[in-house]
Amino acid sequence: MHITLKVWRQKNQQDPGHFETYQLDNVNEDMSFLEMFDVLNDKLIREGKDPVAFDHDCREGICGMCSMYINGRPHGPLKGTTTCQLHMRHFKDGDTIVVEPWRAAAFPVIKDLVVDRSAFDRIMQAGGFISVNTGSAPDANTIPVEKDKADAAFAAAACIGCGACVAACKNSSAMLFVSAKIAQLALLPQGQPERKTRVLNMIAQMQKEGFGSCSNIGSCEAECPKEIPITFIAKANSEYLKAMLAADLPE
Amino acid sequence: MGFTGLFLILFLIVHVTINACIFLNDHGQTFNAVAHFMGTNILVHFLELGLFVGLILHIVQGWIIWSSNSKKRPVKYAVWGAKANSHWYSRSMGLLGTLIFIFLVIHLANFWAPNRYHYVVHGEELNLFERMKAVFSHPGVVLIYLGGLVSLSYHLMHGFQSAFRTFGMNSRRYIPIVKGIGVAFAIIVPVLFALMPILLYFKVIS
Ligand code: HEM
Ligand code: FES
Repeated sequence: MHITLKVWRQKNQQDPGHFETYQLDNVNEDMSFLEMFDVLNDKLIREGKDPVAFDHDCREGICGMCSMYINGRPHGPLKGTTTCQLHMRHFKDGDTIVVEPWRAAAFPVIKDLVVDRSAFDRIMQAGGFISVNTGSAPDANTIPVEKDKADAAFAAAACIGCGACVAACKNSSAMLFVSAKIAQLALLPQGQPERKTRVLNMIAQMQKEGFGSCSNIGSCEAECPKEIPITFIAKANSEYLKAMLAADLPE
Repeated sequence: MGFTGLFLILFLIVHVTINACIFLNDHGQTFNAVAHFMGTNILVHFLELGLFVGLILHIVQGWIIWSSNSKKRPVKYAVWGAKANSHWYSRSMGLLGTLIFIFLVIHLANFWAPNRYHYVVHGEELNLFERMKAVFSHPGVVLIYLGGLVSLSYHLMHGFQSAFRTFGMNSRRYIPIVKGIGVAFAIIVPVLFALMPILLYFKVIS
């Protein structure tokens, strides 16, 4: 198939950036979207041009690196998939595809389609951890976990931190990511010691990083490759309210 | 946002119930009696003060959030496919709220302000039912009211359930129920309000 690609090119953070149009013949419909970019980059290198920088790693939907905003949607038109899991058979011969980086003040472009998502790391450092005792490894299953809670925590833990929620949100809010991490740890016994400080610190860091405020629009849940439900945001809101009203640290 | 929003929803219930008295079609007798009670009762004046504070807090906070959120994506997308993942009215709360605000200024200037003025100057209230008939005899005014109510309807369509989420409601069982009540509320209340200018304009009620 023949595909016209309009790709965002930006040398570095200071460069204002622009779109570049590329024509690709012989695109195989079994290629993944990233493999098509490999073919494009191969061509660009042969022509002595700068290849398009894009993030990728596992290419099987588990690392969350492949951030591409395709025809107005994070990870393209398919539900519940990452860019590496999107195949060219979902496009038509002759299609024009516009590819942009995630756009948010908190995710500055490093080069072309690569953005800096270290804001997520700093949010995790602010509270996305648990305390464990050192010493010999404890026996597995010594701490009982209710089945329903284990399932819910597991659903939250499916978040791969890709940032599609931010990219999709009109407010550039990171609440789906942050709430999944808060909920995952709040639901498990191992997360109890820091339960209240965690939610306060992670939300504070989120705001410091320059993400917008959530207004429950729902774009994030619709675009999340792991289909994390927006109910986790409500769960994080209730955790936040409880922690605010009763921090358990009487002064 | 959620707290003041729910507070304003409570006000809407009271307001629509009182105004619905005109549907009795008794030349506004019942309506004027209730309106007179509301206009002269000292306790209601305190509630009214609370209403204005709540309304202003909601509007100011809404505008602050709207403006700060709009700065969080300095470089816009060339293609923006939000249509595929969310409702337009969920993404337009700031705009819808601002339309409601404009409507409210007109609405208060139509009824609340002249009534208070009359009370201060002449020591008695206006006949509010007669005032309604006069105001809604202009087709332009009727259209402005309908526009305001459409905005209110969509604002509530998102806002009602959103407020519950803001307060942390995450139960799989109750969310569909709250959503259903929200949609019903967002349709029924504005439709009841809308019937008032329409029926008065066409003199179905007189
Ligand atoms: C009778 C009038 C109004 C009612 C009943 C009402 C009700 C509500 C409700 C229930 C919410 C959801 C709160 C939440 O998400 O937690 C909301 C949100 C909002 N309202 Fe209003 N509102 C009214 C007027 C206005 C006005 C005049 C503005 C002016 C700007 C406004 C701006 C907003 C904004 C921007 C939001 C979204 C904020 C967010 O969800 O975080 N509203 N409103
Ligand atoms: S490359 Fe790892 S999720 Fe796509």
